[in-house]
Amino acid sequence: MEILLNQKGKKLVLLGNEAIVRGALEAGVNFVSTYPGTPASEIGNIFSQIAKNNGIYFEFSTNEKAALEAGIGASFSGLKTLVAMKHFGLNVCSDALLPFCYTGSKGPFVLYVADDPSCWSSAQSEENSRAFSYLAHIPTLEPSESQECLDFVKLAFEISEKFKIPVMIRSTTRVSHQSSPVIIGNLSFNTPSFKKGNFVKDNKQFVTMPPGVLEMKKKLLEKIEKIKELAEKSLINKVEKGNGKLGIITSGVSYLYVKEALKELKLKLPILKLGFFYPLPERKIKNFISNLKKVLVVEELEPYLEKEISRIAQESNCKLQVFGKDLIPQVGELKPEIVLSAISQFLGKKINFDFKKHLEEFQKINLAKRYPQLCTAQIAPPGCPYWLVFSALKKVVSENTIIGGDIGCYMIGSLPPHNLYNYLSCMGSSVGIAHGIKKTTNQKVIALIGDSTFFHAGIPALINCVFNKSNPLIIVLNNQITGMTGHQPHPGVGKTGMNEETTAIKIEDIVSACGVKNLKIIDPQNFEEMINSIKEFLEKEEISVIIARRICALFAKKLQK
Amino acid sequence: MAKNLEDFNIVIVGIGGQGLITLLKIINKAAQKENLDLVSSELHGLAQRGGSVEVHIRFGKEIYSPLVKQGGADLIISLESQETLRACYYASKEKAVFLINKFFSPIIGAEKNLSFEEISQNLQKFSKKTIFVDASEICKKEFGTDVISGIYLLGLTSAQKILPLKESSLVEAIKEIVPEKFFELNLKAFNLAKSYQF
Repeated sequence: MEILLNQKGKKLVLLGNEAIVRGALEAGVNFVSTYPGTPASEIGNIFSQIAKNNGIYFEFSTNEKAALEAGIGASFSGLKTLVAMKHFGLNVCSDALLPFCYTGSKGPFVLYVADDPSCWSSAQSEENSRAFSYLAHIPTLEPSESQECLDFVKLAFEISEKFKIPVMIRSTTRVSHQSSPVIIGNLSFNTPSFKKGNFVKDNKQFVTMPPGVLEMKKKLLEKIEKIKELAEKSLINKVEKGNGKLGIITSGVSYLYVKEALKELKLKLPILKLGFFYPLPERKIKNFISNLKKVLVVEELEPYLEKEISRIAQESNCKLQVFGKDLIPQVGELKPEIVLSAISQFLGKKINFDFKKHLEEFQKINLAKRYPQLCTAQIAPPGCPYWLVFSALKKVVSENTIIGGDIGCYMIGSLPPHNLYNYLSCMGSSVGIAHGIKKTTNQKVIALIGDSTFFHAGIPALINCVFNKSNPLIIVLNNQITGMTGHQPHPGVGKTGMNEETTAIKIEDIVSACGVKNLKIIDPQNFEEMINSIKEFLEKEEISVIIARRICALFAKKLQK
Repeated sequence: MAKNLEDFNIVIVGIGGQGLITLLKIINKAAQKENLDLVSSELHGLAQRGGSVEVHIRFGKEIYSPLVKQGGADLIISLESQETLRACYYASKEKAVFLINKFFSPIIGAEKNLSFEEISQNLQKFSKKTIFVDASEICKKEFGTDVISGIYLLGLTSAQKILPLKESSLVEAIKEIVPEKFFELNLKAFNLAKSYQF
């Protein structure tokens, strides 16, 4: 951690996320907020440790919308602000993001979003956050490696400062959790104490209402046009000269696979590496493709670049053949062998390793899948408390009872040997969907939800059950920390992200205040009580809530150290 | 590291919680000390919770991809015997050396778990050389814990000269990466591997 505070301009090996933090520190960030989520969690974990002593305000917010809105307030008050989250968080906060692009920022503002192609640590969908660049008109940069993580954050703050607009850095798992060498710049902490901002009233800028909001949209589009001019000249959209009439356009981690493939093929093809995803430098692209016969667009997930490039080619070089998703899959992350195969097909060149045959041989190995597991007593005595909740449910639940899961360690309940859930979607949805099932069927429904998830998005859904009179049984898995992402505090813990004491909000108080009458707090180790209470509550005419309270075993072990 | 060697590709496989990321950090640090270019890739979150885990480390003169290519691994370090087979995707008969901890953790819910003989047989198609070692047993016997079996295996890669990094770089890297109070224990495990009898 001290390494991030080292002031000498030397070479370090940093995780992409560490390089983001370093870049933000070098830019002189004042305010940082986040909700933890893999693969972006390290941003919060690191600031949580270093913010206080370096004049920075940091918080783990209740959810990503609260995090973004806090950041907007900080920016409106003139502070340099970073807000970080995983891709799903961007969905949650998008309601605040769009108007923020309209009002624009005051203090420079960077939004860091980490996608997870292949869903290594994400359940609900394989999301491509680049779609939000179009939706919100937010300038977006895509780094490939740790050095670019650092450099792009600094550049994003500069763009934001110059054009008074929030700027997004879009990363992916293989960038965020890649370690590679970085030459660090200098840190300039003027003062170790937090710099207060000042909200200067400017209703014309900060109040979005028609008809002014349409004026704002016009101004936003004008800003984007100006930023496009900057993108045309920017060195992060770089052309690497090469031989022949066949070229490659790529961005993000895909660029690294392209470089690796060309190294192996001992070829020097012209490459356009795009650091900007939005807005695109159209003239630069036109120039790049003007002398080409064929271009291969190498990008992960949906073909956003490919579509844009096909459109641009229509205007400038209509004979150009554009290849992309015909050679590269749209599902799953890219891998070096996928890109190598695609490039060799694109060039009509043979490679001397038979990937297909090798894969077939590999698939013959008949090894069962080893799924993630809840902590056993061996790993963290007495073992994860969810084991007990799951087995209580198994004992009680009949064929006609529906069980909904939610987001957190207890997603493991959907895997063997548990196979517990009948539906699993997004944060807070176990409760929201339970209500809909209860209103439309005669079946019994149990919704499981973790404590951090309850605060994040469960409360409005609970209120909806009471308001609209449904009666699912909700079990709040209250392990007293945000478990899955590495034990970050949530509003029920009584500690802030800067380790200051704060009010610990009691889940039972919220549940009672929502008008829920059937409420029990049970330690899952009281197994009989848990079983009997589930049975009892399933028969209730009104909504019921069990708070299954026992500390995360792994967190308890950490606290003992 | 030999000057003519273009790049060196390592995949470490095991089960979440076995210390794969610590091993990755040590090897990265050692490669950095030898002024090599390097890129590594790891997984966090759900991917780490007691399921199969793999991390990738690549170093050499000019490295781009954070992932080892299919069939492209030079060295596989496996911390659990059955997990070894998942690394076969990255390994080829032409060049892959497998260093395998014989530690066995059954796969919960599996119809069938594979024996050492079956593992060994499967590996033949994907390996130039396989080395099975009772790292967990040895560490438990010598130190009363197997949490350092990864470090023991790392010591073995050095003693067997299957990892082209200097012993001194690795030892310095261990010193910088592991918490100070555990350094002596880690160093002992690293050095103990030198006396391993095949």
